[in-house]
Amino acid sequence: MKIIKILFTALILSTTFFSCSDNDNDDPIVISENPLEDYNMLTSFTANNHSVEIYSEQQQFTVGYNELFFRIKDDASDSYISNAEVSWKPVMHMTSMMHSCPNSTVSKTNDASVYTGYTVFQMPGNADEYWEMTIEYTIEGQTYNATERIEVRTPLDGKKTVNVFMGSDDTRYVLAMMPMNPEVAVNDFAAMLFKMENMMSFPAVENYKVHIDPRMPGMGNHSSPNNKDLFFNTSSGIYMGKLSLTMTGYWKINLKLENESGEILKGEDITEENESSSLFFEIEF
Amino acid sequence: MKTEYSIGLSHSTIGTLKKTKLFFPVLLAMVFHCFSTAQESKVDLVTDSILPVHLEEVIVISSYNKALEHKSHHKPLSTLDEYLESSNKVNMIKRGAYAWEPVLNDMSSERLSITIDGMRVFGACTDKMDPITSYVDVSNLSDVHVASGQQGAEQGTTIGGGIDLRLEKSNFKPKGWVGSVETGGETNNEAQIIGGELNYSDEQFYIDTDIIYRKAENYTAGGGEVAFSQFEKYNISANAGYKISDDQQLLASFIYDEAKNVGYPALPMDVSLARAFIGSISWVQSRFIGDFKNWETKLYANSITHIMDDSQRPDVPIRMDMPGWSDTYGYYSQTELTMDKHQFLLKLDGFYNRSLAEMTMYPINPNEREMFMLTWPDVRMINSGFYAEDEISLKEGSLKLSTRLAVQGFNVADEFGLNSLRIFYPEMSQRQARFLKSVSAAYHKKFKMLHVNGGLSYGDRAPSVSEGFGFYLFNSFDNHDYIGDPDLKNEKAIETNVKVSLPMKKLTIGVEANYFHTMDFIIGEVNPDLSVMTIGAEGVKVYKNLEYANLYNISLDTKYEVTPELLWTGLISYHRGTDQDGQNLPFISPIAYNSMVQYTTGTFSGSLTMRGAADQVNFNPVFGEDRSNAYTVFSMALGKSFSINKDAVYIKTGVENIFDEFYSTYTDWNNIPRMGRNFFMTVSYAIN
Repeated sequence: MKIIKILFTALILSTTFFSCSDNDNDDPIVISENPLEDYNMLTSFTANNHSVEIYSEQQQFTVGYNELFFRIKDDASDSYISNAEVSWKPVMHMTSMMHSCPNSTVSKTNDASVYTGYTVFQMPGNADEYWEMTIEYTIEGQTYNATERIEVRTPLDGKKTVNVFMGSDDTRYVLAMMPMNPEVAVNDFAAMLFKMENMMSFPAVENYKVHIDPRMPGMGNHSSPNNKDLFFNTSSGIYMGKLSLTMTGYWKINLKLENESGEILKGEDITEENESSSLFFEIEF
Repeated sequence: MKTEYSIGLSHSTIGTLKKTKLFFPVLLAMVFHCFSTAQESKVDLVTDSILPVHLEEVIVISSYNKALEHKSHHKPLSTLDEYLESSNKVNMIKRGAYAWEPVLNDMSSERLSITIDGMRVFGACTDKMDPITSYVDVSNLSDVHVASGQQGAEQGTTIGGGIDLRLEKSNFKPKGWVGSVETGGETNNEAQIIGGELNYSDEQFYIDTDIIYRKAENYTAGGGEVAFSQFEKYNISANAGYKISDDQQLLASFIYDEAKNVGYPALPMDVSLARAFIGSISWVQSRFIGDFKNWETKLYANSITHIMDDSQRPDVPIRMDMPGWSDTYGYYSQTELTMDKHQFLLKLDGFYNRSLAEMTMYPINPNEREMFMLTWPDVRMINSGFYAEDEISLKEGSLKLSTRLAVQGFNVADEFGLNSLRIFYPEMSQRQARFLKSVSAAYHKKFKMLHVNGGLSYGDRAPSVSEGFGFYLFNSFDNHDYIGDPDLKNEKAIETNVKVSLPMKKLTIGVEANYFHTMDFIIGEVNPDLSVMTIGAEGVKVYKNLEYANLYNISLDTKYEVTPELLWTGLISYHRGTDQDGQNLPFISPIAYNSMVQYTTGTFSGSLTMRGAADQVNFNPVFGEDRSNAYTVFSMALGKSFSINKDAVYIKTGVENIFDEFYSTYTDWNNIPRMGRNFFMTVSYAIN
C-alpha cells in the first residue's frame, strides 16, 4: 500500500515536472517557426556563408508590382540575422545595356529577421536577357553583397499590370497596378507611378491623376458606373480610386495619365471609334 | 377523343370487374387517338357570368358533371392562355405561342395578384417568360376568378386586380370512379394534345388525378411560318380529400408542370426547361369558434426552375445561359362570420419567396473566362397580411367593404448580388420593410330593372423583385437593359369604378368603366450615363417612380336573344393610359371589339365570332411600341351531339382566323404576327 502511495506521488510529481519542462520547450519551437510559411519562397541563394531566402505571396517574380520578403541566414550558426542594415538593387541585363526598375527601400517588418520591400519589374527575362538581384547588408559593421540571377516571368494569366511609356512631356514613366482580388462590386483600385530619371533611378511621381475607364471588349465595350479616378494619396504614396466591375470575365481598364497642370500625358478617351486607350491594365476573374 | 365513365355511385359499389371495365375503354380511347387529329376536352367557358356585385368575371373551364355541354368556348382543350384571352377583361401579352402574360385593366404581372387556389406563386424568369398561368393547365382547373382592382385584394396585394385559378376537385361528391381520356389536334401548328383523368370520389374520401401533354410545332401566320414558336409541355396533378368528421376535412393538392423546348419568337432566347412543383395541404372545418364558420387553413409550397437558353438560335452576338429559380412557402387561414345583414370574411396570410437568377455569358474568344452575374440577387421576400371584408345586405342592394394590411420585407441574401447592386446604390441596405395597405368600398343598388355598381378604393404595392433588385435585365421590346432601384417608393392607386347594367327580357346592356389614378407609378426611365450590357441594346433604363399615371377603361357589353335559339353578344372597349405629362403609357389597348352570333337548337350548335381592334393611335415609341394596325378576324365553330349504342358523342369542329389575316396586336411583343388560319376538331365520346 505504501509503495503504491509512493509510486502514485511520484507519478503526480513527475507529471507536473514534465508538464513544466514541456512548457519550457514550447518557446524555442515558436521561435524557430518560419514567420513566412504562408508565403512562397521564390528563390534562395548563398554568399558569404549566408543564405538569402526571398518570399512572396505570388508564385514567381512577376512583371509588375512584387511585394517581396526576405531573410538572411547565418549558415554557420543556422540562425536568421536580425536588425541588419539592408538595401537591394534589381538590375536587368539586356544584350546592349543594363537598367534597374522602380523599387522601394528595404524596411524591417515586425519580425526583426524579416525584411521587406517592393519592386516593379517592367519586363520578363528571357534566354539572353535576365534580371539580377543584388542584396547589400551590413552586420556588425561589416558589409556584404549577395547577387543572384532571378527569373522574372510574365503574369500567370498573361494580363497586363504594368505600363512603361513615353509621356507627351518626353518623360519615360512606369505605371504599375497594385495587386487586387477583383470582385463583382465596387473594388478598391490602386496604382503606383514612377518616372525614369535614368537607367538606374526611378523616383515615384506624386500628385498626378490617373483616369480610369473599365471596359469589356467581349461585351461590346460595356462599361460600369461609379468608378473613381485614381488620386495620389500622400500618406501611402499610392494612387487610389474605385473600380466597379459589373460581372466576372475579362476587363480592360483604359487609362489616361494627367499631370499636375491638367495635361494628358498618355492615353485616349474611349469612344465609338476608339475602343481602347494606348494605356491600360487588364483584369480577368 | 374523350370518354368519361361513371362507375358506381359510391365506394361500396365498385367491384373488381368494374375496374377492369374502366381501363379497357381508356386503352381504346388512346388507340383512337392514333387515327384521329381531333381534339377534345371536358372544358367549356362561360364568359357571361359576371356577378353583379363584385364586378368579378368567372371563366368556367371545366363543368364537371356536364360532359357534353360545351357551350361557349369555341375550341375546347385549347391552352389556358386562349381561355383567358377569350374573356372580356383579360388580355394576354404574347412573346410566342406559349406562356402568355395576363393583362388586366392594362396592367400586368407585377401589378396583379395571380394565385393558384389562393397560393402565391412567383415566376422564375427575369424576362417574364413564365407567368404563373403557364404552370397550370386547363386539366387542373375548374374556373378562373377575375376581380378588377382592389376587389382582387383578397388573395394578395394588388393594383390592377386579382386572378385566382381555382383547382378542380371532386369535393366528396358520391360519384365513385370517373375516368376520361381526351385528345386533339390542330392543323396550323400541328398541335397534338392528349390528356386523361382518373378520379374517385365518395362522401368520405376523394382523389382526382389528371395528366395532359401538348406538343406544337411552329405556327404559321397569315403569310409565313413563325420560327421558334414551338413548344412542348406536360402537366400532372393530383388532389385528394379526406373527411375526418362531418365538419372536418383534410385536403391536399399537387401539381407538376414541365415545359420543354419552348420557343419565343419575339425574344432572342428560348426556354429549354420551365418546371414547377406546386403543393398544398389544407384543413377545412365548417364550424369554428363561436359563430365563426367555414374555417379554412392552407399551407403551401412551390418551387420553380426556369432555364433560358439560346443554343437553338443560329446567330447570336454572344452565347448565354440564364437560369432562374423561385421558391415560395406560404399559408393562409380564413373564416367567415354572419351577423344580421353582415357577412364577414377574415383572413390571415403570409408567404416567403426566394428569387434567384443568374446569367453566364460565353465569350467569343475561347481563351477568355466566362462572364457571370446575378440578375436576381437571391432576394428573400417575406409578406404577412391581414384581409377583412364585410358584405352588408341593403334593401335592393349591398355594400362591400374590404381592407388588406400587409408588411413586406426584402432581404438581398447573396453577398455577391448585394455587392453588385451596391455598384449602383453604394448606400443600399441589405434589408428593407414596407407597410402595404388597401381599402375598398363596393356598392350595388337595384333600381327596378337597372343594376348600378359603384366602387372606390385605394391600394398600394411594393416593387417587384425585378423593379427593386433587377441587374441588367434585357427587355427586347424597347431594346434596353433594366436596372432595379431598391429605394423605389411603393406604388399607390386610387381607383373608381361604375357599372350600369340593364337586363331585360331579350336584351341585356351593361356599361362598365374604371379609372386608376396611380401615384408613384413604377416604370423604367433611360439613364444616359449608364453603359449597356447586352450587346446591341440601345441604352439602360432604371426603374423609377413617375409622379402619377392615369388609366381609364370603358366597355359596353350587350347580349340580345333574337330568338330562343339565336343569341348575339357584343363587347366594345376603350382604354387610355397617360403619365403626368400626358405621355402615353405602353401596352394600352386601342379600341377593341368582339361579337358573336350563336345558334343552338337541340343537338346542334353553331357560332360565328368576330374579334378586332382599331388602329393603336396612342402608343409610346420610347417603350419600343409602334402603331399596331386595325384588324378584324373571324372564327366559326359547329357542334353536333348524337348517340351511338346509347353512348353520347359530341363533335365540334371549327376554323379560326378564317381569312388567314396577317396581323399583330398591341400585346404582341415585337409585333410578332398571330396565328393564321387554323382548323380544329374535337370529338367527345362518353360511355354511360
